[in-house]
Amino acid sequence: MFIGYFTERPYQDPTSGYFGATGKPIMDLNVSNDIYNPEIGAALYNRYLDEKIYAEEMGFDGLMLNEHHSTPFCMGGAMNVEASILARITKRAKIVLLGNIIPIWDDPLWLVEQLSMIDLISHGRLVSGWVRGTGRESVAHNVEPHYNWERFKEAHELIVKAWTTPGPFRWEGKHYQYRHVNPWVKPYQKPHPPIWLPGVVSRDSLIWAAEQRIPYIMLATEMEPTKQAFQLYHDTAAELGYQSGPQNIGYLWKVHVDETEELAEEAGRKYVQGPSNPFLAGNEGTVNPALLNLPGLTSRRRVLPTQAVATRARGGNAGPAGALGRPYEQQIENYTIISGTPDSVIPKIRHVLETVRPGSIFFWDGDGAMTHDDAMRSLRLMGQEVIPAVREMAKELELPGPFEMDPATSKPYAGNAPVITQTAGAQADD
Amino acid sequence: MATGAQTWTEEFVEAAGSRLQMVKGGSGDPLLILHDEMGHHGVLSYQEALAQDYSVYIPSHPGFGETERLDWIMNMRDLAGWYLEAIDDLGLQQINLVGFSLGGWLASEMAAMCPDMFKKLVLVSPAGIKPPAGDIFDMFLVVARDFITAGFHDPENTPEFLEVCPEEPSPELTEAWEVAREEACRLSWRPYMYYPGLPNILHRLKRVPTQIVWGRDDNIVPVSASQVFQESIAGSRVSVLENCGHYPAIEKTDEFLRVVKGFLSS
Repeated sequence: MFIGYFTERPYQDPTSGYFGATGKPIMDLNVSNDIYNPEIGAALYNRYLDEKIYAEEMGFDGLMLNEHHSTPFCMGGAMNVEASILARITKRAKIVLLGNIIPIWDDPLWLVEQLSMIDLISHGRLVSGWVRGTGRESVAHNVEPHYNWERFKEAHELIVKAWTTPGPFRWEGKHYQYRHVNPWVKPYQKPHPPIWLPGVVSRDSLIWAAEQRIPYIMLATEMEPTKQAFQLYHDTAAELGYQSGPQNIGYLWKVHVDETEELAEEAGRKYVQGPSNPFLAGNEGTVNPALLNLPGLTSRRRVLPTQAVATRARGGNAGPAGALGRPYEQQIENYTIISGTPDSVIPKIRHVLETVRPGSIFFWDGDGAMTHDDAMRSLRLMGQEVIPAVREMAKELELPGPFEMDPATSKPYAGNAPVITQTAGAQADD
Repeated sequence: MATGAQTWTEEFVEAAGSRLQMVKGGSGDPLLILHDEMGHHGVLSYQEALAQDYSVYIPSHPGFGETERLDWIMNMRDLAGWYLEAIDDLGLQQINLVGFSLGGWLASEMAAMCPDMFKKLVLVSPAGIKPPAGDIFDMFLVVARDFITAGFHDPENTPEFLEVCPEEPSPELTEAWEVAREEACRLSWRPYMYYPGLPNILHRLKRVPTQIVWGRDDNIVPVSASQVFQESIAGSRVSVLENCGHYPAIEKTDEFLRVVKGFLSS
């Protein structure tokens, strides 16, 4: 089992009225950066980095980052900058980027160089995920949404080739052309850093991940459609002639641990109170229906069971204000939020693991309106009690992670095994 | 306005290697209508009126309606090139060409490439040129119905507004809008709805009599662009209709027909 830590790094300004913070109706894309406060920004970037260092100390295997643009719910507009810093200030944990939005890069060769540098500085700790991005990303960097999928695949091929094939070579693709590819930096890991694919919506993307034999990570979805989507991965793998398993799939969901049930509820409710991602459950802001519906970004028909919502939003009518707004209680009930003391949280995590059977999990914490103290209390208890218990559980349930079992072969790594240093949980002296 | 309903047919015709969805009606010299970025809105009264004097052809561009998308078409000039071959195959000659919005941009590209093919050119609120004042309304940041509504100056007092933009669009219409938006996106995402070289290309249109029609209150393509069109096309004339948005043919049908019929018959 690979256990990662994630927060979306919201821009928290209680005076801003963002999304649920004050109940002020704010729609995505209609939020001006006019009120951006550099002091708040500076403090938050440092806070989130500090929390990542502590997460590593508490025994997490992976520190996950993501990227969104032009929105207060995620400050990681240039995620690779954060990853570069983590490469230097952390020692053991994987730096899991889920992921770079490769279709919006007009020059993916820059990505080849940046990611190689991160992999070198971290001595081979980079996990390099790709995503296709939401409509907001295509709009913000003004990249053709209708070529999103074509550009995704071509950029992936170009990057892998640049990482693995001696240069110089020439690239004359449909969307990218280079006369001289010969980056003077190569990744630390061979043949290249692992590539993972997180997603929610696109059937094409999930099937592509199965074809590439790389892990697919489902982001904050309900368990039943998640199971169905993972079954599609496993069925695709079987059709392709290989046996996929837990090492091929990952699941990210909201888990917060606290000292008392009262504190846990107080902090847990903050998931839906701050500027959290309006595309995901429980947010009190309004999704811009045009952004859900950017022409050609994803196939309108080939959607996963996890994203019926996106199809509901289409068409001429006003759109799905609140369609994603599942209340806190409902999320607690269906396990998409787990918040409690270690004693109450551990059996619930077990239920999720038994149901979804992932080899990688990511606890999404410290988000919405949660404070640094909320995040740190939870991290400490995760390290002391939850992570060790989950590791035992994973062994018992036979849920190997992608660094224990090779997702491409379903066998333990032979020879060129990836380096992973695992600790059971928080160090005794913490 | 139309005085009697014409007989309209809808069929697929083979043209330039594609099955082109074609609505046809009326009789007389050929008049080819190139629809806007939301596709063919159905036969409306202005088309009925034009069909009294002309054989009106309303194709759905590749990627719109039920005409299959052509993957190699990546911009408006590609589409214009394809259309010229399609017109060859349809056997049409001495065509009156009428283009609306994105279809106006398309018409101007086609006519500039091949002026001898066209008898007269009518450009109605055409996209294609960066307006000297104001920006072209971004159709991709709003849903389809909001975009169409924004194109009317006074939708409530436009009898055919609800015909093109019903309050509860049928699933078929919703799908047609999505199809149209995607192809419009493919043709014009960046730069959005214009091409910097178009004004220079249009110089060649001095050989084709050209009428430009615009609504004074066009929220989609600002009326300021009409000046650039007029200056680029020697001998062209502009009629700006008052209290009128992006759809003069629908919102000010009588005035639109007076201008266009007068021009075509002169």
